[in-house]
Amino acid sequence: MSDMHPELRELYQETIFDHNRSPRNFHEMADADRVAQGHNPLCGDELTVYLRIRDGVVEAASFVGHGCAISKASASLMTEAVIGKTEAEVEALFRDFHAMLTGEEDADRDLGKLEVLAGVKEFPVRVKCATLPWHTLHNALTGSAEKAKTE
Amino acid sequence: MNAPDMRRQSCLPLHRAEDFPILERPVRGKRLVYLDNGATTQKPEAVIEAERRFYRESNANIHRGVHWLSQHATDLYEQGRETVRRFLNAARAEEIVFTRGTTEAINLVAQSWGRANLKAGDEIVLTAMEHHSNIVPWQLLCAETGAELRVVPINDRGELDLDAYVALLNERTRLVAVAHVSNALGTVNPVQDIAARAKAVGALVLVDGAQAVAHMPVDVQAIGCDFYAFSAHKLYGPTGIGALYARWDVLRGMPPWQGGGDMIRTVSFEGSTWADPPQRFEAGTPNIAGVVGMAAAIDYVSAIGLERIAAHEHALLEYATEAVCKLPGVRLIGTAREKASILSFMVDGIHPHDRGTILDMEGIAIRAGHHCAMPVMKRFGIPGTARASFALYNDERDVEALVAGIRKAQAMFDGGAAR
Repeated sequence: MSDMHPELRELYQETIFDHNRSPRNFHEMADADRVAQGHNPLCGDELTVYLRIRDGVVEAASFVGHGCAISKASASLMTEAVIGKTEAEVEALFRDFHAMLTGEEDADRDLGKLEVLAGVKEFPVRVKCATLPWHTLHNALTGSAEKAKTE
Repeated sequence: MNAPDMRRQSCLPLHRAEDFPILERPVRGKRLVYLDNGATTQKPEAVIEAERRFYRESNANIHRGVHWLSQHATDLYEQGRETVRRFLNAARAEEIVFTRGTTEAINLVAQSWGRANLKAGDEIVLTAMEHHSNIVPWQLLCAETGAELRVVPINDRGELDLDAYVALLNERTRLVAVAHVSNALGTVNPVQDIAARAKAVGALVLVDGAQAVAHMPVDVQAIGCDFYAFSAHKLYGPTGIGALYARWDVLRGMPPWQGGGDMIRTVSFEGSTWADPPQRFEAGTPNIAGVVGMAAAIDYVSAIGLERIAAHEHALLEYATEAVCKLPGVRLIGTAREKASILSFMVDGIHPHDRGTILDMEGIAIRAGHHCAMPVMKRFGIPGTARASFALYNDERDVEALVAGIRKAQAMFDGGAAR
Protein backbone atom coordinates (compact mmCIF):
# COMPACT_ATOMS: atom_id res chain seq x y z
CA MET A 1 0.00 0.00 0.00
CA SER A 2 2.50 2.58 -1.17
CA ASP A 3 -0.09 5.32 -1.45
CA MET A 4 -1.32 4.85 2.10
CA HIS A 5 -1.33 7.93 4.31
CA PRO A 6 1.43 7.91 6.94
CA GLU A 7 -1.14 8.49 9.70
CA LEU A 8 -3.15 5.52 8.47
CA ARG A 9 -0.08 3.31 8.38
CA GLU A 10 0.73 4.47 11.89
CA LEU A 11 -2.80 3.61 13.02
CA TYR A 12 -3.15 0.29 11.27
CA GLN A 13 0.19 -1.35 11.96
CA GLU A 14 0.78 -4.99 11.08
CA THR A 15 0.46 -5.95 14.74
CA ILE A 16 -3.04 -4.46 14.78
CA PHE A 17 -4.12 -6.48 11.76
CA ASP A 18 -2.55 -9.56 13.30
CA HIS A 19 -4.39 -9.20 16.61
CA ASN A 20 -7.63 -8.26 14.86
CA ARG A 21 -7.41 -11.38 12.69
CA SER A 22 -6.29 -13.74 15.45
CA PRO A 23 -7.00 -12.19 18.82
CA ARG A 24 -5.09 -13.73 21.74
CA ASN A 25 -6.90 -14.94 24.86
CA PHE A 26 -10.19 -14.61 22.98
CA HIS A 27 -12.45 -16.89 24.99
CA GLU A 28 -14.71 -17.00 28.00
CA MET A 29 -13.26 -18.11 31.32
CA ALA A 30 -15.36 -20.47 33.45
CA ASP A 31 -13.23 -20.03 36.58
CA ALA A 32 -12.72 -16.28 36.33
CA ASP A 33 -12.98 -14.46 39.62
CA ARG A 34 -13.40 -11.02 38.08
CA VAL A 35 -15.69 -10.28 35.12
CA ALA A 36 -16.79 -6.96 33.67
CA GLN A 37 -18.65 -5.84 30.58
CA GLY A 38 -17.88 -2.82 28.44
CA HIS A 39 -20.03 -1.08 25.86
CA ASN A 40 -19.42 1.80 23.51
CA PRO A 41 -22.94 3.01 22.74
CA LEU A 42 -21.71 5.19 19.90
CA CYS A 43 -20.44 2.38 17.70
CA GLY A 44 -21.96 -0.68 19.38
CA ASP A 45 -18.65 -2.22 20.46
CA GLU A 46 -19.23 -4.69 23.27
CA LEU A 47 -16.83 -6.84 25.20
CA THR A 48 -16.49 -8.86 28.35
CA VAL A 49 -13.18 -9.09 30.20
CA TYR A 50 -12.35 -12.06 32.44
CA LEU A 51 -9.59 -12.20 35.05
CA ARG A 52 -8.29 -14.89 37.35
CA ILE A 53 -6.31 -13.37 40.20
CA ARG A 54 -4.07 -15.35 42.56
CA ASP A 55 -2.36 -13.59 45.48
CA GLY A 56 -2.90 -10.21 43.88
CA VAL A 57 -1.36 -11.27 40.56
CA VAL A 58 -3.24 -11.65 37.26
CA GLU A 59 -2.83 -15.32 36.50
CA ALA A 60 -5.11 -15.37 33.47
CA ALA A 61 -6.91 -12.73 31.38
CA SER A 62 -9.25 -13.18 28.47
CA PHE A 63 -12.02 -11.41 26.58
CA VAL A 64 -14.93 -11.97 24.21
CA GLY A 65 -17.02 -9.52 22.21
CA HIS A 66 -17.12 -7.64 18.96
CA GLY A 67 -15.74 -4.35 17.78
CA CYS A 68 -13.51 -2.61 15.29
CA ALA A 69 -9.93 -3.65 14.56
CA ILE A 70 -8.57 -1.08 16.99
CA SER A 71 -10.71 -2.19 19.93
CA LYS A 72 -10.19 -5.89 19.26
CA ALA A 73 -6.43 -5.55 18.88
CA SER A 74 -6.27 -3.34 21.95
CA ALA A 75 -8.17 -5.92 24.02
CA SER A 76 -5.98 -8.73 22.73
CA LEU A 77 -2.73 -6.85 23.43
CA MET A 78 -4.06 -5.84 26.83
CA THR A 79 -4.70 -9.40 27.95
CA GLU A 80 -1.16 -10.34 26.95
CA ALA A 81 0.28 -7.33 28.74
CA VAL A 82 -1.45 -7.83 32.09
CA ILE A 83 -0.87 -11.54 32.64
CA GLY A 84 1.73 -11.96 35.40
CA LYS A 85 1.35 -8.41 36.68
CA THR A 86 0.10 -7.36 40.11
CA GLU A 87 -3.14 -5.43 40.34
CA ALA A 88 -1.19 -2.27 41.16
CA GLU A 89 1.06 -2.76 38.14
CA VAL A 90 -1.98 -3.24 35.90
CA GLU A 91 -3.55 -0.02 37.13
CA ALA A 92 -0.28 1.83 36.54
CA LEU A 93 -0.11 0.39 33.02
CA PHE A 94 -3.66 1.59 32.35
CA ARG A 95 -2.71 5.11 33.46
CA ASP A 96 0.36 5.11 31.19
CA PHE A 97 -1.59 3.69 28.26
CA HIS A 98 -4.31 6.29 28.68
CA ALA A 99 -1.69 9.05 28.90
CA MET A 100 -0.07 7.83 25.68
CA LEU A 101 -3.38 7.97 23.80
CA THR A 102 -4.28 11.39 25.05
CA GLY A 103 -0.92 12.69 23.89
CA GLU A 104 0.77 13.26 27.24
CA GLU A 105 4.53 13.37 26.73
CA ASP A 106 6.59 11.15 28.98
CA ALA A 107 10.08 10.11 27.90
CA ASP A 108 10.37 7.46 30.60
CA ARG A 109 7.21 5.64 29.69
CA ASP A 110 7.77 2.17 28.30
CA LEU A 111 4.63 0.42 27.19
CA GLY A 112 6.39 -2.30 25.23
CA LYS A 113 4.14 -3.89 22.62
CA LEU A 114 1.26 -1.62 23.55
CA GLU A 115 3.07 1.21 21.81
CA VAL A 116 1.77 -0.01 18.45
CA LEU A 117 -1.45 1.73 19.49
CA ALA A 118 0.23 5.13 19.84
CA GLY A 119 -0.97 6.11 16.33
CA VAL A 120 -4.54 6.21 17.66
CA LYS A 121 -3.85 9.59 19.29
CA GLU A 122 -3.93 11.19 15.83
CA PHE A 123 -7.56 10.04 15.53
CA PRO A 124 -9.39 11.53 18.53
CA VAL A 125 -12.71 9.84 17.71
CA ARG A 126 -10.98 6.44 17.77
CA VAL A 127 -9.27 6.82 21.16
CA LYS A 128 -12.28 5.36 22.92
CA CYS A 129 -12.06 2.26 20.71
CA ALA A 130 -8.61 1.56 22.16
CA THR A 131 -9.45 2.46 25.75
CA LEU A 132 -12.77 0.59 26.12
CA PRO A 133 -11.03 -2.75 26.93
CA TRP A 134 -8.92 -0.98 29.56
CA HIS A 135 -11.86 0.79 31.19
CA THR A 136 -13.58 -2.59 31.33
CA LEU A 137 -10.50 -4.21 32.83
CA HIS A 138 -10.34 -1.44 35.41
CA ASN A 139 -13.95 -2.13 36.37
CA ALA A 140 -13.20 -5.83 36.63
CA LEU A 141 -10.29 -5.10 38.98
CA THR A 142 -12.16 -2.64 41.15
CA GLY A 143 -15.26 -4.81 41.19
CA SER A 144 -17.42 -2.01 39.82
CA ALA A 145 -20.75 -3.51 38.83
CA GLU A 146 -21.39 -0.67 36.43
CA LYS A 147 -20.84 -1.40 32.75
CA ALA A 148 -17.74 0.36 31.46
CA LYS A 149 -18.59 3.09 29.02
CA THR A 150 -16.53 5.36 26.90
CA GLU A 151 -19.12 8.09 26.72
CA MET B 1 -30.44 8.45 -26.86
CA ASN B 2 -30.09 5.02 -25.24
CA ALA B 3 -30.83 4.17 -21.63
CA PRO B 4 -27.34 4.42 -20.08
CA ASP B 5 -26.94 7.90 -21.56
CA MET B 6 -30.21 8.91 -19.95
CA ARG B 7 -28.83 7.81 -16.64
CA ARG B 8 -25.63 9.76 -17.07
CA GLN B 9 -27.75 12.74 -17.99
CA SER B 10 -29.83 12.57 -14.85
CA CYS B 11 -26.75 12.11 -12.65
CA LEU B 12 -25.40 15.50 -13.62
CA PRO B 13 -25.46 17.81 -10.62
CA LEU B 14 -28.40 20.16 -10.35
CA HIS B 15 -26.54 23.00 -8.70
CA ARG B 16 -23.93 25.53 -9.74
CA ALA B 17 -20.51 24.78 -8.24
CA GLU B 18 -20.45 28.14 -6.49
CA ASP B 19 -23.72 27.38 -4.69
CA PHE B 20 -21.99 25.29 -2.01
CA PRO B 21 -18.73 26.98 -0.97
CA ILE B 22 -17.80 24.21 1.50
CA LEU B 23 -17.69 21.61 -1.27
CA GLU B 24 -14.79 23.54 -2.78
CA ARG B 25 -12.54 23.09 0.24
CA PRO B 26 -10.16 20.14 0.30
CA VAL B 27 -10.33 17.77 3.27
CA ARG B 28 -7.24 15.83 4.31
CA GLY B 29 -5.62 17.11 1.14
CA LYS B 30 -8.28 15.56 -1.09
CA ARG B 31 -11.43 16.69 -2.86
CA LEU B 32 -14.24 16.54 -0.28
CA VAL B 33 -16.66 13.74 -1.12
CA TYR B 34 -19.55 14.55 1.15
CA LEU B 35 -21.84 11.54 1.50
CA ASP B 36 -23.14 12.18 5.02
CA ASN B 37 -26.23 14.08 3.93
CA GLY B 38 -28.50 11.91 6.06
CA ALA B 39 -26.77 13.44 9.08
CA THR B 40 -26.86 16.99 7.76
CA THR B 41 -26.65 18.61 4.33
CA GLN B 42 -24.30 21.40 3.32
CA LYS B 43 -25.74 24.90 2.99
CA PRO B 44 -26.05 26.85 -0.24
CA GLU B 45 -24.77 30.39 -0.47
CA ALA B 46 -28.41 31.54 -0.65
CA VAL B 47 -29.05 30.26 2.89
CA ILE B 48 -25.79 31.59 4.32
CA GLU B 49 -26.48 34.96 2.74
CA ALA B 50 -30.10 35.07 3.95
CA GLU B 51 -29.02 34.62 7.58
CA ARG B 52 -26.20 37.13 7.21
CA ARG B 53 -28.50 39.63 5.61
CA PHE B 54 -31.08 39.18 8.33
CA TYR B 55 -28.55 40.12 11.00
CA ARG B 56 -27.13 42.97 8.95
CA GLU B 57 -30.43 44.51 7.86
CA SER B 58 -33.46 43.15 9.67
CA ASN B 59 -32.61 41.99 13.19
CA ALA B 60 -35.11 42.78 15.94
CA ASN B 61 -37.32 40.79 18.25
CA ILE B 62 -40.70 39.78 16.88
CA HIS B 63 -44.36 40.04 17.86
CA ARG B 64 -43.70 42.73 20.48
CA GLY B 65 -42.02 45.87 19.24
CA VAL B 66 -44.06 48.74 17.93
CA HIS B 67 -41.02 49.98 16.06
CA TRP B 68 -40.46 49.51 12.35
CA LEU B 69 -37.61 47.02 12.57
CA SER B 70 -39.57 44.71 14.88
CA GLN B 71 -42.49 44.75 12.46
CA HIS B 72 -40.09 44.02 9.60
CA ALA B 73 -38.53 41.05 11.44
CA THR B 74 -42.00 39.77 12.35
CA ASP B 75 -43.00 39.95 8.69
CA LEU B 76 -39.97 37.92 7.63
CA TYR B 77 -40.66 35.36 10.36
CA GLU B 78 -44.31 34.98 9.34
CA GLN B 79 -43.36 34.84 5.66
CA GLY B 80 -41.18 31.91 6.66
CA ARG B 81 -44.25 30.22 8.11
CA GLU B 82 -46.10 30.74 4.85
CA THR B 83 -43.11 29.31 2.94
CA VAL B 84 -43.24 26.15 5.06
CA ARG B 85 -47.01 25.93 4.62
CA ARG B 86 -46.64 26.03 0.87
CA PHE B 87 -43.74 23.55 0.97
CA LEU B 88 -45.84 20.95 2.82
CA ASN B 89 -49.13 22.01 1.23
CA ALA B 90 -50.73 22.60 4.63
CA ALA B 91 -54.22 24.14 4.52
CA ARG B 92 -53.25 27.18 6.60
CA ALA B 93 -50.12 28.87 7.94
CA GLU B 94 -51.35 28.57 11.54
CA GLU B 95 -50.83 24.82 11.25
CA ILE B 96 -47.05 25.36 11.16
CA VAL B 97 -45.25 25.52 14.52
CA PHE B 98 -41.55 26.37 14.49
CA THR B 99 -39.39 24.07 16.60
CA ARG B 100 -35.68 23.38 17.03
CA GLY B 101 -36.06 20.46 14.67
CA THR B 102 -37.73 17.09 14.20
CA THR B 103 -36.85 15.86 17.68
CA GLU B 104 -38.42 18.85 19.39
CA ALA B 105 -41.47 18.65 17.13
CA ILE B 106 -42.10 15.02 18.13
CA ASN B 107 -41.53 15.84 21.81
CA LEU B 108 -44.01 18.68 21.48
CA VAL B 109 -46.70 16.30 20.25
CA ALA B 110 -45.90 13.75 22.96
CA GLN B 111 -45.85 16.28 25.77
CA SER B 112 -48.79 18.41 24.67
CA TRP B 113 -51.24 16.21 22.79
CA GLY B 114 -50.06 12.98 24.39
CA ARG B 115 -50.25 14.01 28.04
CA ALA B 116 -53.66 15.58 27.55
CA ASN B 117 -55.19 12.70 25.64
CA LEU B 118 -53.61 9.37 26.57
CA LYS B 119 -54.46 7.15 29.51
CA ALA B 120 -53.58 3.69 30.77
CA GLY B 121 -54.44 0.99 28.24
CA ASP B 122 -54.20 3.30 25.21
CA GLU B 123 -51.80 2.18 22.48
CA ILE B 124 -49.22 3.94 20.33
CA VAL B 125 -48.09 2.12 17.21
CA LEU B 126 -44.47 2.64 16.07
CA THR B 127 -42.35 0.75 13.58
CA ALA B 128 -39.15 -1.25 14.04
CA MET B 129 -37.29 1.19 11.76
CA GLU B 130 -37.82 4.36 13.77
CA HIS B 131 -35.02 6.74 14.70
CA HIS B 132 -34.53 7.03 18.46
CA SER B 133 -36.21 10.44 18.31
CA ASN B 134 -39.46 8.76 17.25
CA ILE B 135 -39.18 6.11 19.98
CA VAL B 136 -37.92 7.71 23.17
CA PRO B 137 -40.49 10.58 23.43
CA TRP B 138 -43.24 7.93 23.26
CA GLN B 139 -41.53 5.77 25.88
CA LEU B 140 -41.40 8.78 28.20
CA LEU B 141 -45.08 9.45 27.51
CA CYS B 142 -46.01 5.82 28.14
CA ALA B 143 -44.15 5.82 31.46
CA GLU B 144 -46.14 8.86 32.49
CA THR B 145 -49.61 7.87 31.26
CA GLY B 146 -49.62 4.07 31.34
CA ALA B 147 -50.17 3.91 27.58
CA GLU B 148 -48.36 1.11 25.72
CA LEU B 149 -46.17 0.87 22.62
CA ARG B 150 -46.86 -1.56 19.78
CA VAL B 151 -44.17 -2.09 17.17
CA VAL B 152 -44.72 -2.96 13.50
CA PRO B 153 -42.03 -5.46 12.42
CA ILE B 154 -39.95 -5.17 9.25
CA ASN B 155 -38.96 -7.86 6.76
CA ASP B 156 -35.45 -8.80 5.59
CA ARG B 157 -35.55 -6.13 2.87
CA GLY B 158 -36.24 -3.49 5.46
CA GLU B 159 -39.88 -2.96 4.50
CA LEU B 160 -42.77 -2.67 6.94
CA ASP B 161 -44.91 -5.75 7.41
CA LEU B 162 -48.20 -4.08 6.52
CA ASP B 163 -50.32 -7.11 7.40
CA ALA B 164 -48.81 -7.07 10.88
CA TYR B 165 -49.49 -3.32 11.03
CA VAL B 166 -53.15 -3.75 10.22
CA ALA B 167 -53.39 -6.55 12.78
CA LEU B 168 -51.96 -4.26 15.48
CA LEU B 169 -54.62 -1.58 14.94
CA ASN B 170 -57.65 -1.63 17.21
CA GLU B 171 -59.99 0.70 19.08
CA ARG B 172 -57.30 1.34 21.74
CA THR B 173 -54.84 2.66 19.11
CA ARG B 174 -54.60 6.41 19.65
CA LEU B 175 -51.58 7.30 17.55
CA VAL B 176 -49.47 5.83 14.76
CA ALA B 177 -45.97 7.35 14.55
CA VAL B 178 -43.92 6.40 11.51
CA ALA B 179 -40.88 7.56 9.57
CA HIS B 180 -41.58 8.76 6.03
CA VAL B 181 -38.08 7.57 5.04
CA SER B 182 -35.91 5.35 7.27
CA ASN B 183 -32.61 7.02 8.11
CA ALA B 184 -30.79 3.70 8.54
CA LEU B 185 -32.27 1.73 5.61
CA GLY B 186 -33.52 4.31 3.13
CA THR B 187 -36.95 2.64 2.97
CA VAL B 188 -39.77 4.92 1.81
CA ASN B 189 -42.86 3.96 3.77
CA PRO B 190 -46.35 4.06 2.22
CA VAL B 191 -47.46 6.77 4.63
CA GLN B 192 -50.68 7.50 2.77
CA ASP B 193 -51.88 3.88 3.17
CA ILE B 194 -50.62 3.80 6.74
CA ALA B 195 -52.55 6.97 7.56
CA ALA B 196 -55.76 5.71 5.93
CA ARG B 197 -55.62 2.49 7.97
CA ALA B 198 -55.01 4.44 11.17
CA LYS B 199 -57.92 6.78 10.44
CA ALA B 200 -60.21 3.78 10.04
CA VAL B 201 -59.75 2.98 13.75
CA GLY B 202 -59.85 6.63 14.80
CA ALA B 203 -56.13 6.99 15.54
CA LEU B 204 -54.06 10.08 14.79
CA VAL B 205 -50.96 9.84 12.59
CA LEU B 206 -47.55 11.43 13.05
CA VAL B 207 -45.04 11.25 10.21
CA ASP B 208 -41.34 11.82 10.93
CA GLY B 209 -40.26 13.58 7.76
CA ALA B 210 -36.63 14.25 8.72
CA GLN B 211 -35.20 12.06 5.95
CA ALA B 212 -37.92 12.78 3.40
CA VAL B 213 -38.34 16.51 2.85
CA ALA B 214 -35.04 17.00 1.00
CA HIS B 215 -35.63 14.06 -1.30
CA MET B 216 -39.23 14.14 -2.53
CA PRO B 217 -42.25 16.44 -2.74
CA VAL B 218 -44.36 16.22 0.43
CA ASP B 219 -48.07 17.01 0.62
CA VAL B 220 -49.45 16.60 4.13
CA GLN B 221 -53.06 16.81 2.96
CA ALA B 222 -52.51 14.06 0.39
CA ILE B 223 -50.79 11.90 3.03
CA GLY B 224 -53.70 12.52 5.39
CA CYS B 225 -51.51 12.76 8.50
CA ASP B 226 -52.27 14.83 11.59
CA PHE B 227 -48.64 15.70 12.35
CA TYR B 228 -45.58 16.01 10.14
CA ALA B 229 -42.14 16.90 11.56
CA PHE B 230 -38.91 17.94 9.86
CA SER B 231 -35.59 19.72 10.44
CA ALA B 232 -34.19 22.46 8.24
CA HIS B 233 -30.59 21.26 8.51
CA LYS B 234 -31.25 18.09 6.53
CA LEU B 235 -32.89 20.30 3.90
CA TYR B 236 -29.90 22.57 3.13
CA GLY B 237 -31.01 24.95 5.88
CA PRO B 238 -29.51 25.98 9.24
CA THR B 239 -29.27 23.78 12.33
CA GLY B 240 -31.50 24.42 15.33
CA ILE B 241 -34.67 25.12 13.36
CA GLY B 242 -37.44 22.95 11.98
CA ALA B 243 -41.18 22.73 11.95
CA LEU B 244 -44.16 20.75 13.07
CA TYR B 245 -47.22 20.64 10.87
CA ALA B 246 -50.32 19.88 12.93
CA ARG B 247 -53.81 19.69 11.48
CA TRP B 248 -55.77 22.67 12.77
CA ASP B 249 -58.60 20.70 14.38
CA VAL B 250 -56.05 18.83 16.49
CA LEU B 251 -53.65 21.70 17.11
CA ARG B 252 -56.22 24.19 18.38
CA GLY B 253 -57.24 21.83 21.21
CA MET B 254 -53.68 21.13 22.36
CA PRO B 255 -52.45 22.63 25.66
CA PRO B 256 -49.14 24.50 25.94
CA TRP B 257 -46.02 22.44 26.62
CA GLN B 258 -43.53 25.20 27.45
CA GLY B 259 -44.44 28.42 29.19
CA GLY B 260 -42.98 31.85 28.66
CA GLY B 261 -43.27 34.99 26.65
CA ASP B 262 -45.02 35.03 23.28
CA MET B 263 -47.22 32.01 24.09
CA ILE B 264 -49.65 33.82 26.40
CA ARG B 265 -52.62 36.09 25.97
CA THR B 266 -52.73 37.39 29.54
CA VAL B 267 -50.65 36.66 32.63
CA SER B 268 -51.59 37.28 36.25
CA PHE B 269 -50.66 35.52 39.47
CA GLU B 270 -54.21 34.12 39.63
CA GLY B 271 -53.72 32.42 36.27
CA SER B 272 -52.80 32.98 32.65
CA THR B 273 -54.51 32.46 29.35
CA TRP B 274 -52.93 31.10 26.22
CA ALA B 275 -52.38 32.56 22.82
CA ASP B 276 -53.89 30.74 19.87
CA PRO B 277 -51.72 28.30 17.89
CA PRO B 278 -49.10 28.47 16.58
CA GLN B 279 -47.85 31.12 19.09
CA ARG B 280 -49.12 28.94 21.95
CA PHE B 281 -46.31 26.53 21.16
CA GLU B 282 -43.54 29.04 20.53
CA ALA B 283 -42.58 30.24 24.00
CA GLY B 284 -39.66 32.62 24.24
CA THR B 285 -37.76 34.43 21.52
CA PRO B 286 -37.51 31.93 18.68
CA ASN B 287 -34.69 31.28 16.21
CA ILE B 288 -35.76 34.12 13.93
CA ALA B 289 -32.68 34.06 11.71
CA GLY B 290 -33.09 30.28 11.53
CA VAL B 291 -36.60 30.66 10.15
CA VAL B 292 -35.29 33.12 7.55
CA GLY B 293 -32.52 30.65 6.62
CA MET B 294 -34.96 27.74 6.46
CA ALA B 295 -37.24 29.70 4.15
CA ALA B 296 -34.25 30.45 1.91
CA ALA B 297 -33.42 26.75 1.81
CA ILE B 298 -36.98 25.87 0.85
CA ASP B 299 -36.88 28.51 -1.89
CA TYR B 300 -33.59 27.05 -3.11
CA VAL B 301 -34.83 23.45 -3.43
CA SER B 302 -38.18 24.60 -4.78
CA ALA B 303 -36.45 26.54 -7.56
CA ILE B 304 -34.57 23.38 -8.59
CA GLY B 305 -37.70 21.28 -8.07
CA LEU B 306 -38.17 18.37 -5.66
CA GLU B 307 -39.20 16.10 -8.55
CA ARG B 308 -35.90 16.76 -10.31
CA ILE B 309 -33.96 16.27 -7.09
CA ALA B 310 -35.76 12.97 -6.49
CA ALA B 311 -34.99 11.75 -10.02
CA HIS B 312 -31.34 12.78 -9.77
CA GLU B 313 -30.81 11.09 -6.41
CA HIS B 314 -32.68 7.98 -7.48
CA ALA B 315 -30.41 7.58 -10.51
CA LEU B 316 -27.38 8.11 -8.29
CA LEU B 317 -28.62 5.61 -5.71
CA GLU B 318 -29.17 2.99 -8.42
CA TYR B 319 -25.71 3.62 -9.84
CA ALA B 320 -24.14 3.37 -6.38
CA THR B 321 -26.13 0.27 -5.45
CA GLU B 322 -24.94 -1.50 -8.58
CA ALA B 323 -21.31 -0.40 -8.14
CA VAL B 324 -21.07 -1.26 -4.45
CA CYS B 325 -22.80 -4.63 -4.88
CA LYS B 326 -20.17 -5.62 -7.47
CA LEU B 327 -17.49 -5.43 -4.79
CA PRO B 328 -16.73 -8.77 -3.15
CA GLY B 329 -17.85 -9.15 0.46
CA VAL B 330 -20.19 -6.17 0.38
CA ARG B 331 -23.74 -6.59 1.62
CA LEU B 332 -26.49 -3.98 1.55
CA ILE B 333 -28.65 -3.45 4.63
CA GLY B 334 -31.99 -2.18 3.39
CA THR B 335 -33.08 -3.39 -0.03
CA ALA B 336 -36.64 -2.12 -0.02
CA ARG B 337 -38.35 -1.71 -3.37
CA GLU B 338 -39.02 1.93 -2.55
CA LYS B 339 -35.89 3.67 -1.35
CA ALA B 340 -34.55 7.21 -1.20
CA SER B 341 -31.04 8.62 -0.94
CA ILE B 342 -29.55 6.12 1.51
CA LEU B 343 -27.09 3.28 0.93
CA SER B 344 -26.35 1.32 4.11
CA PHE B 345 -23.85 -1.50 3.79
CA MET B 346 -21.49 -3.92 5.48
CA VAL B 347 -18.08 -5.04 4.25
CA ASP B 348 -17.00 -8.51 5.38
CA GLY B 349 -14.16 -8.46 7.86
CA ILE B 350 -14.02 -4.68 8.19
CA HIS B 351 -15.83 -3.01 11.05
CA PRO B 352 -17.82 0.11 10.03
CA HIS B 353 -15.56 2.33 12.15
CA ASP B 354 -12.36 1.09 10.55
CA ARG B 355 -13.93 1.65 7.17
CA GLY B 356 -15.09 5.11 8.21
CA THR B 357 -11.55 6.10 9.24
CA ILE B 358 -9.96 4.78 6.06
CA LEU B 359 -12.53 6.54 3.86
CA ASP B 360 -12.07 9.71 5.91
CA MET B 361 -8.38 9.76 4.98
CA GLU B 362 -9.53 9.81 1.35
CA GLY B 363 -11.65 12.90 2.02
CA ILE B 364 -14.83 10.81 1.94
CA ALA B 365 -17.39 11.63 4.63
CA ILE B 366 -19.81 8.82 5.40
CA ARG B 367 -21.49 7.80 8.64
CA ALA B 368 -20.50 4.63 10.46
CA GLY B 369 -22.46 3.22 13.36
CA HIS B 370 -26.01 2.49 14.42
CA HIS B 371 -27.45 5.75 13.04
CA CYS B 372 -29.56 6.32 16.17
CA ALA B 373 -31.63 3.31 15.17
CA MET B 374 -30.41 0.59 17.51
CA PRO B 375 -33.55 -1.55 17.07
CA VAL B 376 -32.87 -1.72 13.32
CA MET B 377 -29.30 -2.92 13.95
CA LYS B 378 -30.64 -5.53 16.37
CA ARG B 379 -33.21 -6.67 13.79
CA PHE B 380 -30.41 -7.34 11.29
CA GLY B 381 -28.06 -8.74 13.95
CA ILE B 382 -25.28 -6.23 13.27
CA PRO B 383 -23.53 -3.62 15.41
CA GLY B 384 -23.79 -0.91 12.78
CA THR B 385 -23.44 -0.12 9.10
CA ALA B 386 -21.57 2.29 6.90
CA ARG B 387 -24.03 4.73 5.37
CA ALA B 388 -23.59 6.84 2.29
CA SER B 389 -26.44 9.28 1.78
CA PHE B 390 -26.88 11.43 -1.29
CA ALA B 391 -27.93 15.00 -1.92
CA LEU B 392 -28.64 17.11 -4.98
CA TYR B 393 -24.97 18.15 -5.30
CA ASN B 394 -23.55 14.62 -5.44
CA ASP B 395 -22.61 13.04 -8.73
CA GLU B 396 -21.06 9.90 -10.20
CA ARG B 397 -17.55 11.02 -9.24
CA ASP B 398 -18.61 10.81 -5.60
CA VAL B 399 -19.86 7.25 -6.07
CA GLU B 400 -16.64 6.32 -7.86
CA ALA B 401 -14.58 7.79 -5.01
CA LEU B 402 -16.65 5.79 -2.51
CA VAL B 403 -16.10 2.56 -4.43
CA ALA B 404 -12.35 3.26 -4.73
CA GLY B 405 -12.24 3.98 -0.98
CA ILE B 406 -13.94 0.70 -0.10
CA ARG B 407 -11.50 -1.14 -2.39
CA LYS B 408 -8.62 0.54 -0.61
CA ALA B 409 -9.95 -0.49 2.81
CA GLN B 410 -10.32 -4.05 1.55
CA ALA B 411 -6.79 -4.06 0.15
CA MET B 412 -5.45 -2.84 3.50
CA PHE B 413 -7.28 -5.44 5.53
CA ASP B 414 -6.75 -8.28 3.04
CA GLY B 415 -3.11 -7.27 2.64
CA GLY B 416 -2.76 -7.50 6.39
CA ALA B 417 -4.30 -10.94 6.28
CA ALA B 418 -1.96 -12.18 3.54
CA ARG B 419 1.26 -11.40 5.36
